[in-house]
Amino acid sequence: MLTSEERAEIEAEAGHYPTRKALCIEALEVVQRHRGWVSDDALRDVAALLGMTPDELDGVATFYNLVFRKPVGRHVALFCDSVSCWIMGANRLREHLCQRLGVAPGGTTSDGRFTLLPVVCLGACDHAPAMMVDGDLHLDLDPAVDPAKVDAILERYP
Amino acid sequence: MAETPLTARIRPGAEPLDLAGYERAGGLEGLHKALQMTPAAVTAAVKDSTLRGRGGAGFLTGLKWSFVPTGPTTPRPRYLVANADEMEPGSFKDRLLLEGDPLQLIEGMVIAGYAVQADVAFLFLRREYTLAAERLRRAIAQAYAGGLLGRDILGSGYALELHLHVSAGRYMCGEETGLLNSLEGRRANPRTKPPFPPVAGLWGKPTLINNVETLCNVPHVLARGAEWFRALGSPRNGGTKLYGVSGKVKRPGLWELPMGTTVGELLDRAGGMRDGLRFRGCLPGGASTDFLTDAHLGVHLDFDEVPKAGSRLGTGTMIVLDDRTCPVGMLENLEHFFAQESCGLCTPCWSGLHWCERILTALEAGEGRPQDLQVLEFQTRFNAPGHTFCALAPGAVEPLQSALKYYRDDFERHIRERRCPWR
Ligand SMILES: Cc1cc2nc3c(=O)[nH]c(=O)nc-3n(C[C@H](O)[C@H](O)[C@H](O)COP(=O)(O)O)c2cc1C
Ligand code: SF4
Ligand code: FES
Repeated sequence: MLTSEERAEIEAEAGHYPTRKALCIEALEVVQRHRGWVSDDALRDVAALLGMTPDELDGVATFYNLVFRKPVGRHVALFCDSVSCWIMGANRLREHLCQRLGVAPGGTTSDGRFTLLPVVCLGACDHAPAMMVDGDLHLDLDPAVDPAKVDAILERYP
Repeated sequence: MAETPLTARIRPGAEPLDLAGYERAGGLEGLHKALQMTPAAVTAAVKDSTLRGRGGAGFLTGLKWSFVPTGPTTPRPRYLVANADEMEPGSFKDRLLLEGDPLQLIEGMVIAGYAVQADVAFLFLRREYTLAAERLRRAIAQAYAGGLLGRDILGSGYALELHLHVSAGRYMCGEETGLLNSLEGRRANPRTKPPFPPVAGLWGKPTLINNVETLCNVPHVLARGAEWFRALGSPRNGGTKLYGVSGKVKRPGLWELPMGTTVGELLDRAGGMRDGLRFRGCLPGGASTDFLTDAHLGVHLDFDEVPKAGSRLGTGTMIVLDDRTCPVGMLENLEHFFAQESCGLCTPCWSGLHWCERILTALEAGEGRPQDLQVLEFQTRFNAPGHTFCALAPGAVEPLQSALKYYRDDFERHIRERRCPWR
């Protein structure tokens, strides 16, 4: 069941589009904002609300990189794996994060605190390597330059 | 001092100006002028300015606007979309405009909307641009409150609704017809062209799509005139350009410079290479452009001159390759991106780009075979323009084909020495 809050947030966008279906990406975002991810049940509820079949909605949901169809941790750390960051040390950043968090990209820490995922260029290529945690952009993160910096950032997300 | 209309109101590290401040700093002059002209005259002025699309293709903006049918018997509603998806690796220009001066974009959208008599506008923003989203929401609310959006804009009788759409992340959302599908709540696969979006776009209605930087130029064209705008740039390439440099230069960054600035001048802005490193080449306009080398430092970075050197201006944000970075590794990273973001619709792209990535991974691991380079070359032809549904695949093989030309020795060394010489 969608909560009345979720439903209200979805319907708030309804006036922007001539069809119900066009709401679906924002509806998935609303659900994800409240629950962290989109479960099969939530997917069915959103589909019913918008007059879509669950399969049709899942086809859309699985197309997009930022719709999570599996549970994620309390915080999601997106490290940029695109070219400018790669040149500037994105692999070192990835290895540092994997080692500190004890997970591989795609994984969630056993205490449920972090999910670590690669992301496409964050538009911060002049401050590479870059990472985004829960929507906050963090810049200039080469562990070879400042190994403590990344650790200090992670500390801010208990 | 060269003029910098696009960034003049942007103060690094500070909040953008509010509507009152924006107006005091010269904002809305273009919109006021436009609303006193006929829509056709606005389009004509933009055409005359030689403003070209900053999304990468450099299509003449005013000409695109003129394709939108606006007569009394033509279909409605008409739509306008600002493309703020910016996911091309190495590109970081639109983020500055979105975060730094959101009202400038809104003003540009209202003028563009007026010119094509649009009823509804969407601002299509990638989800990771969270700070931009927050500032845009505030700016849109101010614009509605100040009478720049909604009914009877500034007393002109013209009406435009504007909605912010936050995307869920996929490079194909930036491709204009993929974007339309995404806005309709579908997968961002591209659509067949023709019909082109100005004729049949969102829900089959006429839809004008422009890049953020393109639209941000529009208020200045109207405020200062087409002639002034042309004089800022190079022949048939009016205006300034937000140029960026990333990679191992001394001062990576973004600068607003006259259109037609040379590769060498831009590198100088970035302070040149870091000490001890040599410039080997660059992708001048993001991941999907061909390499230029140190033979091209004099090339003028505009939509006509870069193609003469075998590449494209693209987004104008340059990615620099230095001599301690492996070109094969760089290509592996690039083709990984393109293979991952392929929408899966056509075979040369979804199959070919993964194949390219695998070969490049093998080369990096010291498992390359001599025939691999022929396969890579075949793939660059197989994915050439015209063989695939959209421009993702041709863009994906641009850096590959030029790397095979300019850095051939490096590819061959990987095979011969059975290792990556940079590791
Ligand atoms: C795969 C792909 C991704 C694209 N991504 C973007 C983008 O993020 N932003 C953008 O403005 N244009 C992007 N484009 C170009 C658009 O299709 C379109 O040409 C552009 O938005 C038109 O605006 P303009 O005429 O103002 O440049 C992309 C094209 C392709 C093929
Ligand atoms: S070229 Fe690639 S991204 Fe474009 S339609 Fe074909 S498969 Fe999809
Ligand atoms: S390549 Fe990492 S932010 Fe652009």
